Amino acid sequence: MQQNPAIELPTADAPIGVTAGWRQTLGRVLIVGASLVAIALVAVQVLRTLGWTTLGFQNWRPVAIAYLAWAVCLCASLVLTRGERGERAVFVLPAVLMTLAFIIFPTIYALFIAFHNWNLSATAGREFTGLENFRRLFGDRGFWAAMQNMVYYVAAVLAQYVIAFGLAILLNQQIRGRKFFRVVFLIPFMLSPVAVSFMIGKSLLNSQYGPVVPALEAIGFTGISFYEDPWLARLNIMIMDAWYSIPFMMVLLLAGIQGIPGEVLESAKIDGASSWQTFRHMIFPLMLPVSLTAIVLRVIFELKLIDVVRVVTGGGPGSATDTVSLFIYREGIQKTNVGYATALSQFYLLVIIISIAIVLWLANKAVQKVS
Amino acid sequence: MSHAVQKTGIYAVLILWTFVCLFPIFWTVSTAFKEAKDIYQGDLIPWLQFEPNWKGWESLGLSPDTIRERSGARDQFLKHASNTLTISLSAAALAAVIGSLAAYGLARFSYRFGPWRNKDISFWFLSQLILPPVAIALPILVLYRELDLLDTRVGLILVYTIMNLPIVIWIMRDQFNSIPVELEQAALVDGASIWQAFLRIVVPIAAPGFVAAFILSLVFAWNEYFFAVVLAGADAPTLPLLLAGQTSSQGTRWWSIAALATAAITPLIVIGLIMERHIVKGLTAGAVK
Repeated sequence: MQQNPAIELPTADAPIGVTAGWRQTLGRVLIVGASLVAIALVAVQVLRTLGWTTLGFQNWRPVAIAYLAWAVCLCASLVLTRGERGERAVFVLPAVLMTLAFIIFPTIYALFIAFHNWNLSATAGREFTGLENFRRLFGDRGFWAAMQNMVYYVAAVLAQYVIAFGLAILLNQQIRGRKFFRVVFLIPFMLSPVAVSFMIGKSLLNSQYGPVVPALEAIGFTGISFYEDPWLARLNIMIMDAWYSIPFMMVLLLAGIQGIPGEVLESAKIDGASSWQTFRHMIFPLMLPVSLTAIVLRVIFELKLIDVVRVVTGGGPGSATDTVSLFIYREGIQKTNVGYATALSQFYLLVIIISIAIVLWLANKAVQKVS
Repeated sequence: MSHAVQKTGIYAVLILWTFVCLFPIFWTVSTAFKEAKDIYQGDLIPWLQFEPNWKGWESLGLSPDTIRERSGARDQFLKHASNTLTISLSAAALAAVIGSLAAYGLARFSYRFGPWRNKDISFWFLSQLILPPVAIALPILVLYRELDLLDTRVGLILVYTIMNLPIVIWIMRDQFNSIPVELEQAALVDGASIWQAFLRIVVPIAAPGFVAAFILSLVFAWNEYFFAVVLAGADAPTLPLLLAGQTSSQGTRWWSIAALATAAITPLIVIGLIMERHIVKGLTAGAVK
């Protein structure tokens, strides 16, 4: 995460305030006009929804188009009234406006829904129930089983890290065909998790006709089923997940190792350090920041886990492989219990934010201590 | 440990991992050419243990004998494939453009938005990476119902664009930071506007980063399943949906799933083989100083 200070470019344009009068006027008219149209449209739609008027449109789509038009007018007006400062703002505005519309607004709306009992397929509609959803959440065994599984899945990231680190070190050795190995090791990352689920999770690990179970039985394991035994089912998910996630960590760690200056390792060699000592006292500490980035990113992605589990085990047996996302999906989409599911998702988001913040804080302290 | 033993060990592990990476792909592709009896016997090696046949491809209407005939299954497959292509290309292009613009602004100008400075705005964008899709999927589902965007390609394109923005901004900010400011300053002194300087000077130099951001967004959108299953249905379905819906009541038709999976992953394997350098560049952007 680079944190270069923003660089000031010399201002070639005239300073603010000297822009021509007509531009100022046009710019103001544009933004005020666009805002008024957009507000009027929203007001009419709200009144229509409340049943106070029959004016307005069938659905809210015109409001979305009005937002888009308003965004364009805002950019144009900034350029007209503010000159170069406006032009600069236009670089970042599309991303900001889009994020406001698709992340911030839905999140606020979600907070609103979370306090309601609302089933999309029931005719009763929305009903305000206050904290009821959150009270229900604390007694929901299925949800907490899924939360517990997330702990296991996140712990599995450490195993992925160890394997990825090992592979990265090997790829950094003087070897022939490095390019070939690098390309091949990256391929699992590209593949569709749903395809992987079918072909590894359901087919390769299948007890009847997959090659893995017979191979394990040949070396002495008996009665293996990757779907019926809770821990083996979890292992099934973890193997698949590791298979397409390891390349990501490996690539990050390899770049980190390649960034270690050659002299550092040379001097260790001259001092007579063994490979293990070099790793333990030189490479590993130098790699801590990269390792941290890789692990935190992987944990963040791991917490979103859903597709492989849905396809391979559907969360079973019982709720042994269930993930929070899948649980919320079943509650909100399949049972159309939007109110409760949204409350769950907001609670989950809060837990994620708090835990990631704590982890980052602890990790930063640890890194500072070492270096 | 002698040098030779060490070297052998290294190659042994590398080859073992090559096998781990490639065997599932071999399994997928070979299963697409098996029939039921080959699958239930667990046959592995084509020609030696089983005779490859076109059964899986027949069920998609893509085998040599069926390719000339009309086929509902093929139309179905092509509909999903073209949807996936349109949606992922549009979403990747949108995300790469919007994200690059924002990243350039954040790398070069100092913004002030109330108490927020560039660092805070950047963090605000990046922090969206932690947002689990499920947290916004439900409100977006409800909003899309009102906006009449459910089961439309536009709806999915917009969602995939927004999900890719943080990654693009991350990659491109790193890319722009590595370009010396002097180049743009020279252009500005010559009388170019900041937009001209950006388009003529910076964009060509930043092209590799842009390609990396585009490819990663493309891969993400191509494989995305969760939003597709929530927001799309009969009109705007994507390949992961078709694949996930394959378990039928008559038992699993592995040959047809494998053929479908092969068709869905082949473009990505090709991209991976050609674009490895760009993908690695994109993944490591900003993480390694």
